[in-house]
Amino acid sequence: MNDSDPRTTTPLLEVSDLKTYFRTERGTVKAVDGVSFSLQRGQSLGIVGESGSGKTVLSRSIMGLLGRTNLFREGSIKFNGQELMGLSVKEMRSIWGQEMSMIFQDPMTSLNPVMKIGRQIAEPLMLHLGMNKSEARLTAEKLLTDVRIPEPQRRLNQYPHELSGGMRQRVMIAIALACGPTLLFADEPTTALDVTVQAEILQLINEQRVDRNMSLILVTHNIGVVAGNTDVIAVMYGGKIVEKAPTKTLFSSYKMPYTEALMRSIPKLRQASHTRLATIPGRPPDMVNPPLGCNFAPRCAYARPKCLVEEPELTVTENPEHVYACFYPVGSPEYHERKLELSQRSDLLSTGGQN
Amino acid sequence: MAGTGKAHLRNSPDVLLSVNELVVEFPVARTGLKVNAVSGISFDVIKGETLGIVGESGCGKSTTGRAIMQLPAPTSGSIDFNGQELTTLSKDDMRDARTKIQMIFQDPISSLNPRRKVRDIVLEPLLVWKRGTQEERDILVNKILEDVGIDPQRAAESYPHQFSGGQCQRISIARSLVLDPQMIICDEPVSALDVSVQAQVINLLEDLKAKYGLTLIFIAHDLAVVKSISDRVLVMYLGKMCELASSDDLYARPSHPYTNILVDSIPEPDPEVIYAPTAVMGEPPSPINPPAGCRFNPRCPNVQDRCRVEEPEMREIAPAHFVACHNPLTY
Repeated sequence: MNDSDPRTTTPLLEVSDLKTYFRTERGTVKAVDGVSFSLQRGQSLGIVGESGSGKTVLSRSIMGLLGRTNLFREGSIKFNGQELMGLSVKEMRSIWGQEMSMIFQDPMTSLNPVMKIGRQIAEPLMLHLGMNKSEARLTAEKLLTDVRIPEPQRRLNQYPHELSGGMRQRVMIAIALACGPTLLFADEPTTALDVTVQAEILQLINEQRVDRNMSLILVTHNIGVVAGNTDVIAVMYGGKIVEKAPTKTLFSSYKMPYTEALMRSIPKLRQASHTRLATIPGRPPDMVNPPLGCNFAPRCAYARPKCLVEEPELTVTENPEHVYACFYPVGSPEYHERKLELSQRSDLLSTGGQN
Repeated sequence: MAGTGKAHLRNSPDVLLSVNELVVEFPVARTGLKVNAVSGISFDVIKGETLGIVGESGCGKSTTGRAIMQLPAPTSGSIDFNGQELTTLSKDDMRDARTKIQMIFQDPISSLNPRRKVRDIVLEPLLVWKRGTQEERDILVNKILEDVGIDPQRAAESYPHQFSGGQCQRISIARSLVLDPQMIICDEPVSALDVSVQAQVINLLEDLKAKYGLTLIFIAHDLAVVKSISDRVLVMYLGKMCELASSDDLYARPSHPYTNILVDSIPEPDPEVIYAPTAVMGEPPSPINPPAGCRFNPRCPNVQDRCRVEEPEMREIAPAHFVACHNPLTY
């Protein structure tokens, strides 16, 4: 997917130092606080983070889907070379649907309950591509076939409540694909679905991405969902990307203690039952008053005094595509030193318990 | 799978809860039809054990949990808790019995009264049941709050909205513990929580189970979470039982085709594990008009003619591993 075709060397999307703040009664919430990344055409990026890490706001901020009131947005979003920051809603309209589109988490509330499926798919086709009613209807039928909905003709005349959750999510995907976008955002597309349905939807999204040579940004809290479905993963914490690497590299040689903690806290099927889960103490930072140094330092087992006062910058590893923001990353001498201390301490505790 | 039968019930003096041919049906308004939410489930739970119940939405796992509490009372079947038949108890006696079985729900924030201080929420069951003196109650509530990792001082001053989701779930757990129950039914207790917090709550439940000598029923759709906490796991599909085995055994050697598909569908947090889930055909049929024979037959990759007419019964396919399927996967 990262072939060195010259056409793919200019990134499709280039986000630089994007900030998105909300003014609230409590103060300014720094939901996204200086995020930069780029995405090649056809590439898929997974954004992983806990609730409140800023992953959803990031994707909506890129797409320009946030309200105007009490919003502060800064930085640069270059899409196909065009700067999106500062464009009006009217100007964005030519990008939404045809260039970028989004699949939302909850397919029940994202579809119009009083409009037939057919019209909801046909609407963007007529609006953006100027199709007439019968063309739009034929295309809608084809789209439903693409997302593997049986009896598409009958479904066009149904309302959302007549479909199951998985079918509704397929309709959402059909709408998102309708105008042939080059970049698809999927924000927790399978969180509301059962695991068997989740598997099918993820496969469908991936197939369509490959078939249409689309780029994909898959936002999720479930690191398992991105593991098999993305080329690159960015881990977000406290409104920032704290580590980003090609998927396999991230899993095999993560550097950021937060990534390590996140991976270890997930129950895995290969572990025996009653295996003690590793936990992350405390909870995510309050983004009105984020900590002074590294956002993760107050919860980090490897934090040292420097981490509490100074903010680490994103550092490149020997692999230029692998970046992380940490002073004492996994594998550093300080990390090993602290790890040894911690294991000695827990040995002491456990022998103490036996006595 | 998706069958009936009782071959898997144990004849042990330590059985705390024994559910027999539990049926729960809900009428559909004005049609004379009914939703077959739970159709003949039997299982037992031994003291100190954790039974996990898994299945997709609509398989009847939550309804089963609530039917044990008689919320609402099941259509038929028996539920024996500690030698007491719950289905025939009077309202007052059932109220009494509920102090022994407590429940924790999925959404921790909406299951706490937003207008009451957290400490009062935890204290209330003791007042309702007039347990102990005021001093004894205070000591107990403080101890339990500390056990679940909530500062009693802060709990006395704060309302539920001032706590995070994970902390609210800890408060729900504290509330379920104050009456010294024998069993706790946890209905999707960690589904609404972030992974880092989810691990904290699971570890807490494991610790409290040991400390308070609890027996747990853990209902969830996340198979990895259920595996982590359970001793035995019951897989349900459309109101029926599919498979029951020890947690490690079930995941290592799933025998029912449905269990196999479920285990296969989980996206593992490991890119080296090639994610190629077995395709399931379609989506679950309506519980208003379930298929004849094995309820899984329309979606089953191993279906045979017999599956469409004859309902499979639970049978022991390996020691302590039960499956309701005519054509199980090789063990």
